[in-house]
Amino acid sequence: MNFEHTDDRRMLADTLVRALRDGYPIDTRNTGAYSEAGYDPAVWQQLTELGIVSALFDEAAGGFGGSGFDIMVVFEALGRALVVEPFLGALMAGRALAKAGGHDEMLAGIVSGETIAAFAHDDGANPVTATKSGDGWALSGTKAVVPQAGAASVFVVVVEQDGDPLVFLVPADTAGVSVRSYNVVEGGGAGDVTFENVTLDSATRVGGEGQGQAIVDAAVGAGLLALSAEAVGAMEFVKEATLGYLRDRKQFGVPIGKFQALQHRMATVLLEIEQAQSAVINAASAFDGDDAKARARALAAAKYTIGRTGALVAEESIQLHGGIGMTWEYAVSHYAKRLVMIDHQLGDEDYHLQRYIALG
Amino acid sequence: MDLSFTPEEESFRDEVRAFFRDKLPARLSTLVREGKRLRKSDMEEWHAILNERGWLANHWPEEWGGPGWSVIQRFIFDNESALAHAPRVVPFGVNMLGPVLIKYGSEEQKKHWLPRILDGSDWWCQGYSEPGAGSDLAGLKTTAVRKGDVYVVNGQKTWTTLGQHADMIFCLVRTDPAAKKQEGISFLLIDMKSPGIEVRPITLIDGEQEVNEVFFTDVEVPVANLVGEENLGWTYAKYLLTYERTNIAGVGFSIASFERLKEVAQTQKKDGRALADDPLFAARMARVEIDLANMQTTNLRVLAAVAGGGAPGAESSMLKIKGTEIRQEITSLTRRAYGSYAAPYIPEALEAGWNGEDVGPEDAAMAAPSYFNNRKLSIFGGSNEIQKNIISKAILGL
Repeated sequence: MNFEHTDDRRMLADTLVRALRDGYPIDTRNTGAYSEAGYDPAVWQQLTELGIVSALFDEAAGGFGGSGFDIMVVFEALGRALVVEPFLGALMAGRALAKAGGHDEMLAGIVSGETIAAFAHDDGANPVTATKSGDGWALSGTKAVVPQAGAASVFVVVVEQDGDPLVFLVPADTAGVSVRSYNVVEGGGAGDVTFENVTLDSATRVGGEGQGQAIVDAAVGAGLLALSAEAVGAMEFVKEATLGYLRDRKQFGVPIGKFQALQHRMATVLLEIEQAQSAVINAASAFDGDDAKARARALAAAKYTIGRTGALVAEESIQLHGGIGMTWEYAVSHYAKRLVMIDHQLGDEDYHLQRYIALG
Repeated sequence: MDLSFTPEEESFRDEVRAFFRDKLPARLSTLVREGKRLRKSDMEEWHAILNERGWLANHWPEEWGGPGWSVIQRFIFDNESALAHAPRVVPFGVNMLGPVLIKYGSEEQKKHWLPRILDGSDWWCQGYSEPGAGSDLAGLKTTAVRKGDVYVVNGQKTWTTLGQHADMIFCLVRTDPAAKKQEGISFLLIDMKSPGIEVRPITLIDGEQEVNEVFFTDVEVPVANLVGEENLGWTYAKYLLTYERTNIAGVGFSIASFERLKEVAQTQKKDGRALADDPLFAARMARVEIDLANMQTTNLRVLAAVAGGGAPGAESSMLKIKGTEIRQEITSLTRRAYGSYAAPYIPEALEAGWNGEDVGPEDAAMAAPSYFNNRKLSIFGGSNEIQKNIISKAILGL
């Protein structure tokens, strides 16, 4: 048993944390996060040049990492700085292609950071359907709230159907594809991606017959681990900020951290964050294991845990700060939004609790 | 990062499992699994078996009869012990007094008392809490006044667990009434057969006489029974409270009782199907199971951070709070699982050796009393609120 990261992984994490601390203060972050694009292309370029995306993939996929613990340290660091640049899409789309094989050039572009990809998975009121059309397929419908859809030059699109899902690689400039972009509440971009009778040839298919679910599981599993780790990173930032405020802010002539009512709330926050960290460690460990069910269960447990704890940390940090925690100007408010809204991605607390039970 | 045990730890675990398989009497493990109250003789029997193997005082140094285990080995042993439904080691001599004597006792005291803890010659109990000194332990009022070769002790201790069985009690007493409250306390070893000691049982919420009041009226204690120096007892008392905390989260107990809960939820029915398939109950169970899986890793992280096998510090307060919340939630779900048959109060069914006919499902009689009994978990050993105070001060720096 060993809870230390390898030297390589620790160096990667240190490099990323330092780069973000020095180059990504909250004002810079917010400028990109609430811009029309929903991110800052210059920041994206700087971070990808550090090899951050490559760390999320193994050597076979052209990266230099790719383990569960690599995903964990990268996304914890991204969460700590509240990064909105499109790393999640790179991870999920890239993982799907890596699992399927056969799209090596596209995968190489994603891993290097030159190509921005989005993973279009959730359906809204108008689900995406695929009908056979000659040698290929015709797609119609809308994928809902795809993270950083507007930034992406290519989509990995999952089409649910009876039996195995179909997965396609669709360039954003394909005829009939349109994106309605918007910001999300906590900053960052997303969009609804609509397909109007988009004809795709068979080369756009990701994976062969019967491989769809495995590809989706690979992508979504990595995404769940990443979001869970991101949440823990954000929680750590919020914890430190809140502790600082409890020490500095004086009322009734003493720092408010001297009041037991606040101390006990903070102690609970601390130990729930430790539990969330453990959930992510469990998930990262199972992510690399051979047991598919244990992996799925640990990922569900982690997403459930960070959903519940994320809301707790967000709500308590605002309450412990009082009014200042409610202000747009103060960083904690944006972290709190992210910690709450992360529960709206890839299935919420209840969804993952049910999934955990179903897998039992 | 690697969550799996090393091959050495794996083989140690196998060795421990084999020991429980071969040496733990089925009669005892059945009693523990069913949640029955053990008799003094049951506990003594298990102590003797552990002692024969040299595993009774598993955190003592080898010099004094410990096995020389690492903190991880101790964790494995404690977990396997709970999973095998072994009786727990009665902590007062082995886990509490032993470490204090080893660190602060005189050579004579160590040579005399430590072997007697191991071989069961003395059953120890703890004289800390008083009616007016609970969370504010240093506010204790029991006095010891030196007269020649003896201290004369007057006062009252309370919540003395299993004191009715005890041969000896280790006590915090006030030896300097004029000093600041932490500075006038001494640590005394007192023979329970001394004239002037009276033990009165306290019946608890579940009907069990697990704890006692102990009254001292002009009790004479030889000066040789003072541990360490006079008026430095608070230091020893704190050491005792923080020493043996590798198992404070009780992860093994929780795993074992959760396994039991799963069995019950499979056999109990609701709306014509197994209770385990009821979505609301399944959700309650899943929540606590996830909390427990997280706790297990949190516990190991804390242990791994303890370099060289020392005792964890304030982090053990986190383990205590979360660990006891989980244990209490499992007893709560077990009570719920039995539905109306958790209600019948059959006191004799709670005792070891009862062979009567169950009312309702097997073991249902234990569910509610056990739930009520385990409310103690968040009160004793420093209430969970005191633990939050410790976290605030020591970890959060507030």
